[in-house]
Amino acid sequence: MCLAVPAKVVEKVGNVAKVDFGDNTLREVDVSLVDVSVGQYVLVHAGYAIQVLDEDEALKTIELLSEILSE
Amino acid sequence: MSFLKELRNRELAYALVRKIKEVFPKKPIKICHVCGTHEWTIVHYGLRSLLPDNIELIAGPGCPVCITPALDIDQAAELALEGKTVTVFGDVSRSVGVKYSLEAVRSEGGNVKIVYSILDALKIAKSDKSKEVVFFAVGFETTAPLTALHILRTPPKNFSILSSHRYVPPAVITLYSRGKLEMDGVIAPGHATTISGLKTYEPLAKEHGIPVVASGFEPVDVLMSIIMLVKQISEGKAEVLNQYSRSVTWEGNVKAMQTINRVFELTDAHWRGIGTIEHTGFVLRKEFKDYDARYKYGLKNVNYASEMHPGCRCAEIMLGKIKPTQCPLYMKVCKPSKPVGPCMVSIEGTCRIWATHIAFS
Ligand code: SF4
Repeated sequence: MCLAVPAKVVEKVGNVAKVDFGDNTLREVDVSLVDVSVGQYVLVHAGYAIQVLDEDEALKTIELLSEILSE
Repeated sequence: MSFLKELRNRELAYALVRKIKEVFPKKPIKICHVCGTHEWTIVHYGLRSLLPDNIELIAGPGCPVCITPALDIDQAAELALEGKTVTVFGDVSRSVGVKYSLEAVRSEGGNVKIVYSILDALKIAKSDKSKEVVFFAVGFETTAPLTALHILRTPPKNFSILSSHRYVPPAVITLYSRGKLEMDGVIAPGHATTISGLKTYEPLAKEHGIPVVASGFEPVDVLMSIIMLVKQISEGKAEVLNQYSRSVTWEGNVKAMQTINRVFELTDAHWRGIGTIEHTGFVLRKEFKDYDARYKYGLKNVNYASEMHPGCRCAEIMLGKIKPTQCPLYMKVCKPSKPVGPCMVSIEGTCRIWATHIAFS
């Protein structure tokens, strides 16, 4: 039930955005719970964006991973 | 999001496992997670078998369907039998209370409709305003803001919710401090913590000396989180760290938490098989009581002597005391196709996750 999947925001009108889950199909998602702009990634849970994903942080995780491995 | 591929990379996963073995303290340690999706990753990628024997990964009460009280299920079923339309998620409908499951009520002609979200339930309510529609609201803080959002949008008068929403952080902290959940470190649930914020787990580290790491859901995410915990445990540290920083922040999704708090307040609430835990149940605030099915239909609190099917050991499973294979009913009487206990119902239930993986291997 806490499943959430990343998707890219392609269009946005008010609280409704069209997002791409990576399969080139656009699906409507309610973005009332986040402040998001076109081009950003959101985490979608049951048709609602619950977070804007931070791409810089994602890269930091990869850096942290190589740090852990090289320690 | 191309990095997602790296987080499933087998070589990286093995390198992490070797690292875990390097830093691993010789004493046995227990790492608890509180999320069905983490359990799925652990079982699906066989992470338990890769780890040293004395690192035990425990699945805590991280399945909303499993902890939804039998009474709530029976009351939702009774509302359907009285002629109200009860809208419910598919997995919740299969969970059996003491008297009924909503699926059984539906197959006998009861007015139960399976929905994907509260939005579907509202569409049903709006399509015929002469009919009473109840949405059985199950889920943790990940799902509760969706319910709250729609309550703020003034649903029609024929609509109400039966809230079994629960809040995870105080539950984990209380269960640990009561000695019900044993652990040396905890993996915070990635998506629930995305909403509540990592700060909600701080008391575990500060007051109880238990290190916390919020984790993503790819196998490399989980292994990284384990190493971040194991290191702290071996160095005698207890900090709150964030492996899932692409989604989890210290403050969480403030907008979502504000939405929840405008609509709900926290009350002492029952967790099936576990008991009452203070400040963990989301109930509608007074100003929204007309949307509260319990108030609207005068539902009474009833104490069941037992809310588990005889022989079902789900209560111990949800506290990581035993493994599904230790339940005598597992895969004999209780199977995914015919679940006896709630842990076999939902894809987040430990018994079901284990069962579906046996079937494939
Ligand atoms: S296998 Fe079935 S009966 Fe046994 S604990 Fe799990 S859900 Fe309960």
